[in-house]
Amino acid sequence: MPRAFTPKVVTANALIEGDVIYLTADNGWTRDLPLAELLTDEAHAQLRLLEAEQQVGEIVGAYLADAVASDNGPEPTHFREDFRRTGPSNYFHGKQAVGQ
Amino acid sequence: MYHYNDFDKAFLAERNTQFRAQVERRVAGNLTEDEFKPLRLMNGLYLQLHAYMLRVAIPYGTLSSAQMDTLALLADKWDKGYGHFTTRQNIQYNWPKLTDVPDMLDALGEVGMHAIQTSGNTIRNVTADHFAGAAADEIEDPRPLAELIRQWSTDHPEFQFMGRKFKIAVSGAAADRAVLKAHDLAVRIVKNDAGVVGYQVLVGGGLGRTPMIGKVLHDFLPREDLLPFIEATVSVWNQIGRRDNKYKARIKITVHEHGLEDIRARVDERFAQIKPTFSGVDQALFEDIKAHFAAPAFRNAPTVDYDTAYDANPTFRSWADTNLAAHRVDGYAVVTVSLKKHGDTPGDATSAQMRALAQIARDFGHDELRISHEQNVILPHVHKSDLPVVYAALRDVDLHTANIGLISDIIACPGMDYCALATARSIPVAQKIAERFDELKLEHDIGHLQVKISGCINACGHHHVGHIGILGLDRAGVENYQITLGGDATWDAAIGERAGPGFAYDEIVPAIERLVNGYLELRDSPAETFLAAYRRLGLAPFKAYLYPEAQDAKVRANAA
Repeated sequence: MPRAFTPKVVTANALIEGDVIYLTADNGWTRDLPLAELLTDEAHAQLRLLEAEQQVGEIVGAYLADAVASDNGPEPTHFREDFRRTGPSNYFHGKQAVGQ
Repeated sequence: MYHYNDFDKAFLAERNTQFRAQVERRVAGNLTEDEFKPLRLMNGLYLQLHAYMLRVAIPYGTLSSAQMDTLALLADKWDKGYGHFTTRQNIQYNWPKLTDVPDMLDALGEVGMHAIQTSGNTIRNVTADHFAGAAADEIEDPRPLAELIRQWSTDHPEFQFMGRKFKIAVSGAAADRAVLKAHDLAVRIVKNDAGVVGYQVLVGGGLGRTPMIGKVLHDFLPREDLLPFIEATVSVWNQIGRRDNKYKARIKITVHEHGLEDIRARVDERFAQIKPTFSGVDQALFEDIKAHFAAPAFRNAPTVDYDTAYDANPTFRSWADTNLAAHRVDGYAVVTVSLKKHGDTPGDATSAQMRALAQIARDFGHDELRISHEQNVILPHVHKSDLPVVYAALRDVDLHTANIGLISDIIACPGMDYCALATARSIPVAQKIAERFDELKLEHDIGHLQVKISGCINACGHHHVGHIGILGLDRAGVENYQITLGGDATWDAAIGERAGPGFAYDEIVPAIERLVNGYLELRDSPAETFLAAYRRLGLAPFKAYLYPEAQDAKVRANAA
């Protein structure tokens, strides 16, 4: 039996800065995971990935990453995505330092 | 040191101009990422987890003070004020913007540096013994040879699109400090019974998911045969190496599948074909390059200042005992500057530290610096009478840690804190091990012990050849760390043996502590190193310390 679809977000890196970005419901990109569009339907998720990949002038390497719904919007389920939305653990650099 | 001639400068300037135009076309939408990616990789630009990463080659690990100053400039102007020195004698910048990279490359070009062939399926930055030209046990300085190989391999038309990358290391000393046997090809400068200098060539070493120890392909080549022989070897592999599976594409697999004898016969045949095409230009070039590496004007002076400081200052004495190595000239020492302060990131240096190192090299080090594959910085030529002043200058920028060769002198790859390929973090594990053994004040008692950590199976952190190797993996969505024991990165190279089940992130440091405490109990005297004790006793007694629960269960079962 195929595995049940788990919710996803579309994520990529920004072309110029190279930092982590997420696709929003209005077809824009956000640097905050909570503002990303959570995709709960598999066919819709594949379609959104295709639409994201067409934005070649803004992004690099779009893919679907597992996420779960929370009161604060989508949350990562895997530690790799948790690091991507935070930054490295040896310095206070990357997303965790933004707005500090 | 090699200084670029007009040809080198023009080549690099043109290459940088090309890349600037490629970036502009990518940003303007005239190149897709699929088209652009191989172009950026050829110029050392990766995309990692949080940002782009620019990997700059430090050929055979050698830097002048002006080059080190420029590395500091890049860190300040286009990055976050630091750089990461790698296990392949490169430096990586973790935060550049795509549109700044052409300016960074131009700045590097001003001091004869670049990022060419630090990525891609090409011949990569040639690495060398970091004590080259200074070590007491050296037959000949390997750097002229490394530079010849660099020039030959840079933009070599036959070797730009190979099945996989190809790594070459060279060494000219009795002791192997360049991990020769873990390279696709390695050259070892040797002297035969008649006192003639020649080259021993090793092939088929490598770490990664299929670790292999390099084998001797040729025992003794005369100088004029070396470059055609290397070209023949790479050429044979480039033709018969597997391209169907990237994990089986490295020359170690080709050698393993075909056998050394078959490879040797093919290389000999290819060599016979191409040798006549080497007109002797390479030998003339080699003589020219050699002149660039003339030894500095060493001075003959008393070392009384060193002796006085050594007797009077215990912290200086501890540093001198740990961080100095024998120089080939009386009165001089080779200084290893540790980039492994307890709790800091292995291999990282701030721009201020880089500038301080450049200044020390200018004032006291004949303008030379080296980067080691162990992620430290070397001042190869310091007169002993200058060591107290050098030590004080290092102390001013927090670079005076006395731990070379000890348990906190850890090699660690960037791991999942930066690397897109990583399966787990490496850096925090290294930080925590170093901090723990610093708290215990045990590391000088433990003695020589190399811990090497990789955050994935590709083994940039050389875990296979660590006395204690740690490999970070993703086990069902959780970081998990496998331990290997008994690896050796020297001429007696050995691949470490897997100790047993892996440990969770918060269990790995206590596991290492149990293991090392076990070693302290098991060793027959303080003179017996961890590796020597492991070789004498084998895995079993160490395993008992790593997995006490299993041990307890066995005792219970026996009692029942």
